Amino acid sequence: MNLHIDDHKNGDSSILKLSGEIDAYTAPRLKEHLLNLIEENKEVQVDMQQVNYMDSTGLGVFISALKTSKEVDKTFKLINLQDNVYRLFNITGLNEVIDIENTVRGGM
Amino acid sequence: MNEPFDFIEMKVPAKSDYVGVARLTASGLANRMGFSYEEIEDLKVAISEAITNTVKHAYTEEGAGEVTVGFGLYEDRMEVMIADYGDSFNLKSIKENIGPYNEDIPISNMKEGGFGLFLIDALMDKVEITNNNGVIVLMTKYLFENEVGRSDDQVSTTQ
Repeated sequence: MNLHIDDHKNGDSSILKLSGEIDAYTAPRLKEHLLNLIEENKEVQVDMQQVNYMDSTGLGVFISALKTSKEVDKTFKLINLQDNVYRLFNITGLNEVIDIENTVRGGM
Repeated sequence: MNEPFDFIEMKVPAKSDYVGVARLTASGLANRMGFSYEEIEDLKVAISEAITNTVKHAYTEEGAGEVTVGFGLYEDRMEVMIADYGDSFNLKSIKENIGPYNEDIPISNMKEGGFGLFLIDALMDKVEITNNNGVIVLMTKYLFENEVGRSDDQVSTTQ
């Protein structure tokens, strides 16, 4: 029930690899880390492959990241979401506004 | 109605630290009852959302209260009750914030919260909220969804 955050810098873009669960307990630390990363990099990709649980607090973090990225004119996208996590973006309609790139999306 | 059921109750401090513990419990019980993987994921999210709401809205001071989570295990359904006895849960403002993303809203005006109750409603079969002397969220998920009409999928409120 924790979240590991690991970032890899690659020129002026950065990949944030997450592993674990995003909920009310882990979201504040993720938000702080992600927003800083967006300020500092031209492009940030969040790799969600190892995220096996997320709820609306996670959606909140990514809405916040989207807002920040627009304000400072940076690119921010989510990659490799598990089906149950992608589903929440789908139900809420946020998949229409947040850039999500899924290699394995499933039939949701 | 004298329907047999097992009841499990847990009380946790109203802190985000314990949302995951309640979620694990829910997952264990739902697995025990024979819910599918997807249904268990739905239950986990819905229960976490309800507790997170309580933690965020009902208690402003650190460590000010407790959340009671009750699981009613029936033959055909799980009923989950989440209760707090704090006094500042603003149901009206929460209900105003419910809904999926509306494309007419510019990104700068998007709310970072407010999806919680919407998700509960989307993921559970039945949701009831009462708001007197604290807030109680009662939500139900049926084991055999095909035998149950989905038309009763709604949020009802009594204040």
